[in-house]
Amino acid sequence: MTIRHHLSDQLLMAYAAGQLPEAFNLVVATHVSLCDECRARAGSFDAVGGALLEEAEEISMGEDALARALERIEGLPQATRSEPLKPAGIFPAPLADYVGGDLSAVRWRKVGGGVRQAILPTSKDATARLLYIPAGTAVPDHGHRGMELTLVLQGAFADENDRFGRGDIEIADEEMEHTPVALAGQDCICLAATDAPLRFRGLIPRLAQPLLRI
Amino acid sequence: MLDARDAAVTEQALPLPLGSVRFGSRQKKDGLLATTDDTDWADLLVKVRDHQDRAAFAALFRHFAPRVKAFLMKSGAGASLAEECAQDVMATLWQKAHLFDPARASVATWVYTIARNRRIDALRKARRAEPEELDWGPEPEPDQAEVMEAQEETERLGRALAALPAPQRTLIERAFYGELSHSEIAAETGLPLGTIKSRIRLALDKLRHQLG
Repeated sequence: MTIRHHLSDQLLMAYAAGQLPEAFNLVVATHVSLCDECRARAGSFDAVGGALLEEAEEISMGEDALARALERIEGLPQATRSEPLKPAGIFPAPLADYVGGDLSAVRWRKVGGGVRQAILPTSKDATARLLYIPAGTAVPDHGHRGMELTLVLQGAFADENDRFGRGDIEIADEEMEHTPVALAGQDCICLAATDAPLRFRGLIPRLAQPLLRI
Repeated sequence: MLDARDAAVTEQALPLPLGSVRFGSRQKKDGLLATTDDTDWADLLVKVRDHQDRAAFAALFRHFAPRVKAFLMKSGAGASLAEECAQDVMATLWQKAHLFDPARASVATWVYTIARNRRIDALRKARRAEPEELDWGPEPEPDQAEVMEAQEETERLGRALAALPAPQRTLIERAFYGELSHSEIAAETGLPLGTIKSRIRLALDKLRHQLG
């Protein structure tokens, strides 16, 4: 598997800083599970956090803090190393965790044109969903609000700009107008996350909601 | 088993944890006096990992807990919440010590990731998806040169941070202290992150080769 489309430095730094909405965290963690290059880059941003922590001014802990900590670990067994959970299907571990299993555990809902989706439970500052696009089918045209991340898990899609296969991530912003089409051969399954800014809440925006709930 | 008071006494009797390797003059090649002390935190954490060493834990606690508390307060936590969370972070350090691999990340970086995740949990009440764990893990006999390189990264980065123009450094701090939204974060840090990335990448390639 050769991944050609990677996460941006901005997203990796925001992930390391703990500043991404939960839905974006999920997409980043899922991509990083498939991509050693981005795992290494994410590690380098974690190191920035480490350097900042080391340099941070100290704020004294309470007087009995150490005694309390020692008392606490007294009753705390150390975990022992276990074999990492390695899911057998197309979902890397963090995604399998959110879905509660593999592909068969997904509760799809039809959104028209053969396309199906499943919204995953995350905090409301952004939305994560799985998309199922039959081979050869176009994803209904949708404008982006804010940023949209799309990670391919199975099959491939192409738009006017490029081709995206398993592990590839597309980062689309508000300006980007595109019509992705799932390539022939295999149905395409993607994990997508979108910002859901507050200004889109309320009745009128809901009436105006595009086919794909965002 | 030591009780809390005994451990505290032991710790007082050992201002420098017994047996810890000191990097000593290696860190002072720029001719300046080191401003942070040069205790080998990785060695202490390995003692916690392999021997449940309470004196080593106490030394780690005294160094990192006040920093974690400061980090959490800068991120918007009140003093008592920050104190509680710092306790949680240090307890997690004890519990998850089996995952610490000194050839992969410095202790400061490792503690940072625990503190960050605790912050997301406490302040944002959201889950944080973590990448799939790799089938690697502390090797019984890690390559000492690799350990040294990983452990010295924090200090090198600290120097690079200090050398940045103030506005750029402030932007990075604000990003990590949660004052910037993800779209406000500037990707260009001006920090020498390429060498760290390359080191981790090499380790990953080695692992894949071993597994493959």
